[in-house]
Amino acid sequence: MAVLNQLVIGASIGAVLLLIALGLTFTFGQMGVINMAHGEFILAGAYTAYMMQGLVGAQAVPAALPVAFLIAGTMGLILERLVIRRFYGRPLDTLLLTFGVSLILQQLARDIFGAPNVQVTAPGWLTGGIDVAGVQLPYNRIFIMALAVGCVVAISLYLSKLSYGRRMRAVMQNRELAAVTGVATQRVDQLTFFIGSGLAGVAGVALTLIGPVGPSLGTYYIVDAFLVVVAGGLGQLRGAVIAAVALGVINSFVEFWTDASLAKVVVFAVIVAFLQFRPQGMFVLRSRALT
Amino acid sequence: MPRRFRGGLAALCILSTLVAATACAEDPTSSADGGGDSDTIKVGILHSLSGTMAISEVTVRDAELLAIEEINAAGGVLGKQIEPVVEDGASDWPTFAEKAQKLISQDKVATVFGGWTSASRKAMLPVFERNKALLWYPVQYEGLESSEYIFYTGATTNQQIVPALDYLAEQGHQTIFLVGSDYVFPRTANKIITAYAEANGMQIVGEEYTPLGHTEYSTVVNKLQQAQPDAVFNTLNGDSNVAFFKQLTSVGVTAETMPTVSVSVAEEEVVGIGPDNVAGHLVAWNYYQTTEGERNTAFVEAFKAKYGAEKVTSDPMEAGYNAVYLWAAAVEAAGSTDVEAVKEAAGGISIEAPEGTVTIDGDNQHVFKTARIGVVQPDGQIQEVWNSGEPIKPDPYLTGYDWAEGLS
Repeated sequence: MAVLNQLVIGASIGAVLLLIALGLTFTFGQMGVINMAHGEFILAGAYTAYMMQGLVGAQAVPAALPVAFLIAGTMGLILERLVIRRFYGRPLDTLLLTFGVSLILQQLARDIFGAPNVQVTAPGWLTGGIDVAGVQLPYNRIFIMALAVGCVVAISLYLSKLSYGRRMRAVMQNRELAAVTGVATQRVDQLTFFIGSGLAGVAGVALTLIGPVGPSLGTYYIVDAFLVVVAGGLGQLRGAVIAAVALGVINSFVEFWTDASLAKVVVFAVIVAFLQFRPQGMFVLRSRALT
Repeated sequence: MPRRFRGGLAALCILSTLVAATACAEDPTSSADGGGDSDTIKVGILHSLSGTMAISEVTVRDAELLAIEEINAAGGVLGKQIEPVVEDGASDWPTFAEKAQKLISQDKVATVFGGWTSASRKAMLPVFERNKALLWYPVQYEGLESSEYIFYTGATTNQQIVPALDYLAEQGHQTIFLVGSDYVFPRTANKIITAYAEANGMQIVGEEYTPLGHTEYSTVVNKLQQAQPDAVFNTLNGDSNVAFFKQLTSVGVTAETMPTVSVSVAEEEVVGIGPDNVAGHLVAWNYYQTTEGERNTAFVEAFKAKYGAEKVTSDPMEAGYNAVYLWAAAVEAAGSTDVEAVKEAAGGISIEAPEGTVTIDGDNQHVFKTARIGVVQPDGQIQEVWNSGEPIKPDPYLTGYDWAEGLS
């Protein structure tokens, strides 16, 4: 049942990709801001889980989820107010700036927590797994998949039901028109950035279950996050979900048949080929705006 | 002044100021073989202080600085104090070469202690050979190298990998799965392991490579479970080890059902992985924090006193520490820091190290080391379960083994 196992592995890789890309899809899609510091918000979430260990002990990982959301969200908000807002409409400049911010944050993490990796222990109920018809389902992977699904549901409810969410969609569709109808676009931008970065923090907590917690954590995931966002279409929730799962499954099967390095190459090649035919990504916002 | 001239004049002023500043910065007293002023001897320390390898290399730098501090407190070398110049290789191999060149030409250091990955060493090797400067390389590696300008204080294959394979064979493990990071050390090590396996009736049932910094190991773990080897030989390096062991344990693999022997997981990495995830698995080194001996007790105490009681010591840290002491001893024996004199005097130099007696082998500039196999304990320490008894003579080209013929 290796093939079925790989399918499940593909889904769990997809869940990880979805978590890290979800926040980025909104900040990138909403404001056209290329936030290279997104990986460091993930890092902030991971270190939040590490610090919660001191307070809460074994249940640090689930307890850290809301805390990481707030901390990473606040960091995103500060970044937006201090830096990004001044470079609105200049994507290349924001790219460079946020890259610089990411380097600063990485070194800050090294200075505060030390360069070596730190230990985050998973709670007892997340260790081990179940075996269903020969398919391995570790509890931590199930947790990550559930978390990804939960985040997607929460965000889609937010976008459709809450007035703040609808304003976010309005600004994404047509900024000038939204402003004219009385939506405070700057406020909405701040909120979007807060939520997007907060989601990165949540992803960081989840990643402590399966990977290293060290200052370079963000660099391992940032490229994958951008791949998912670009392939799925900016600001498109459906696109992010489908792109994440598709990339996860492709990666998992190619790796199974060849090896990890080749799998990475193939995934890149697939995305490049896809973008040749559809440069705007899988799903795109259709509006009558002239720009 | 006409406006169009102002820009050019400003540029000229800035340019001439820069030239003047550089000219003033020339140090008229620096000498070719050991910089600094007449009271200090400068040495270079070049490790990754950032990037994926920082988790391992920062502590080696700390151990080397401790050794320098201790030697200075005891009077220094040739009556002069040692002045360390620390540079960051940033886990980027070309940066290692660049910084090495900088340390040699600009800082004019007497020697450099540095490197971790074989990739960084291979990048630095031409720099040291071209400039006829000395590098002390403190990490276990894949052998098949013996540069005249490098001293290797870490284990070569016959002091680490081969004893580990002997131990596995002794324990009755016949089928081995190889997992490694994709660069020169694991690739070469696996060639050696494959040759050993062929000669000793063991079977290699899989060979997987992942890029450095890779953190997604579900597929590799799945392949391991498909193959069901008796043992896994793990040559992963850096953060990948954390992800690998966390994900291996999460599917229920234990050290009883599928033991792994790692050559890049030491006390420092165990902290990052979490002892629960790696307890019971084997590691192959020449030194553990638990190694018995007064010299080791003193070393561990001094390290904890300087850097914090929760710190741990590991083999590469101890090898870096030894490298400084060995260099100092060679300089004293040679009576100068001149590279050729130090190389001449180094053969046969012996010190009491935390791992036991360590002697430089003048033939190949490696050191005699005792091989020790250990098991990771639930408290994060490593307990020795086997050692080779006597320090093993280093044999980087494996000339003493018939099965190794043909390995380049």
